[in-house]
Amino acid sequence: MMPILPDWPLINRMGRQIRRPYLQPSRRRKMGSRNRWALFFVSPALLLIGLYLIYPTIHTIYLSFFDRRSEEFVGWANYQYLFASQSMLQAFRNNLLWLIIFTLGTVLLGLLLAVLTDRLRAEALVKSIIFLPMAISFAGAGVIWKFMYAYRPAGAPQIGLLNQVVTLFGGEPVGWLVKGPWLNNLALITVGVWIWTGFCMVILSAAYKGIPKALIEAARVDGAGEWQVFWHISLPIIKSTVLVVTTTMVINVLKIFDVVYVMTNGSFGTEVVANRMYKELFQFRNTGRASALAVLLFLAILPFIINSIRRFKEEAA
Amino acid sequence: MMRRLLYLVILLICLLWILPTLGLLISSLRPAAAVANSGWWTVFGNPLNWSQFTLANYQHVLGQSGLARSFVNSFIITLPATILPMLFGAFAAFAFAWLKFPGRNLLFLVLVGLLVVPLQMTLIPILRLYSRTGLAGSFIGIWLAHTGYGLPFAIYLLRNFFSSLPAEIFEAAYIDGASPVGAFFRLALPMSVPALASLAIFQFLWVWNDLLVALIYLGGNPRVAPLTLALSNLVGSYGQEWHILTAAAFVSMVVPLIVFFSLQRYFVRGILAGAIKG
Repeated sequence: MMPILPDWPLINRMGRQIRRPYLQPSRRRKMGSRNRWALFFVSPALLLIGLYLIYPTIHTIYLSFFDRRSEEFVGWANYQYLFASQSMLQAFRNNLLWLIIFTLGTVLLGLLLAVLTDRLRAEALVKSIIFLPMAISFAGAGVIWKFMYAYRPAGAPQIGLLNQVVTLFGGEPVGWLVKGPWLNNLALITVGVWIWTGFCMVILSAAYKGIPKALIEAARVDGAGEWQVFWHISLPIIKSTVLVVTTTMVINVLKIFDVVYVMTNGSFGTEVVANRMYKELFQFRNTGRASALAVLLFLAILPFIINSIRRFKEEAA
Repeated sequence: MMRRLLYLVILLICLLWILPTLGLLISSLRPAAAVANSGWWTVFGNPLNWSQFTLANYQHVLGQSGLARSFVNSFIITLPATILPMLFGAFAAFAFAWLKFPGRNLLFLVLVGLLVVPLQMTLIPILRLYSRTGLAGSFIGIWLAHTGYGLPFAIYLLRNFFSSLPAEIFEAAYIDGASPVGAFFRLALPMSVPALASLAIFQFLWVWNDLLVALIYLGGNPRVAPLTLALSNLVGSYGQEWHILTAAAFVSMVVPLIVFFSLQRYFVRGILAGAIKG
């Protein structure tokens, strides 16, 4: 899935320059005819959005209170199951692990690279390399890294780069994707970080370049060290961008699916909510539980939805 | 000293980012036995020996594994699924930016909220609808689904761009007797080519790289499977045959890589369009 920034208005600087496109009273004369045109312009989009986003969202909430075939009303039973079943709790735990490590990893590494590559002669090249995984599919990235993690027993020649490095230093080859609960989940999260760091870097780098150079120079002249300049001047200025990027990563990671589906399909204790939902739907044929899982994802993201709407309203006011 | 250390850190990070993909590419060009019995880095032992490379894996995946068909499918799916949301999105964005209609502000707020609604919330009802109407496993079904899912983002991006255009030109056009349709096609669209280009790249890569939507709506029908779906099926059936998997993965990546390298500027601009400049 391509990146979608949830609350752009927060740093929508041009918003202030934009001439608010509301019609002035003097132009009201033409309103009647343009009203009809407006309907012509918006109706195809609104129809499709209603059919593909709004109606199903409401219907899924409804279905989550019914049984596996959506025939009998079961009340909260699906939700009770979600919080009682061992395998569900494991998926929640893993999503939490993803949430913390993935978000920290992508944002911090992105920030580090944005700052370090600034004014580097090879800046464009380095950025292209880091950004590249963003262009390929997560399924493709899954295969790439499954090969990196490939395992051969000790003594046999390794074909995965990571185990080659491990054996080179005299270690035993490691089953990166098998050994749980920490190692394999971290191995999967690494793939996520590899994919998304470039995205964070590009946005943070643009914000970093927007900091007035005079400000930084002045601090240096006053004898501030690089770290102090970053911590007391640069970071406060780009704080809002960091916040937006972090929010985007949180929303992305809650829905994480492709990487896990392709690399382990949730086995060896690497299950996540979105993958489990797919299994409930197609493997266990339980529409009620699958819907309940979707609703849970929705509820986790709901604060961000409300927040972005509120920010947008403030910005437009 | 600090400077050296900095270069070293950046070099290491770059290696970590490029080696996985490089290893994939090299392995996809090696014979099956070589891939299974030695690491891909061994080719650097005698880099000038071209006989250690072969295109056999590509012949195999494109022919026997049916990836040629999936390659075509990916295009069949992606092109309309890029054009339709852009067209309908541009229409709606124009109305949101320059026309007044009842409920405009409220609808736009709903749209902002829909930007981040997880797709998982929509899959089950749509899948049922598709099963009943025979749209499951059909191109039309997935075109429409991607159009619906892509619209909030398209409208949001283009509305921002449209409303940054100067109001005077539209007023002048209306005084000259142009209808909103004329203003849209002759003024708004031609002036928005950069924004449209960014959006096109986004939507194209998004649909091309999508696995989830294809898996849900096309999963039951291998004849219409796009590359991502075919690749994930190969992972299931060929597990450890890396000469096949690496070649298949590279086939799925080649178009996005070309798009990325030739249009990187627009891609980055698209990301920043919302984040920094509006």
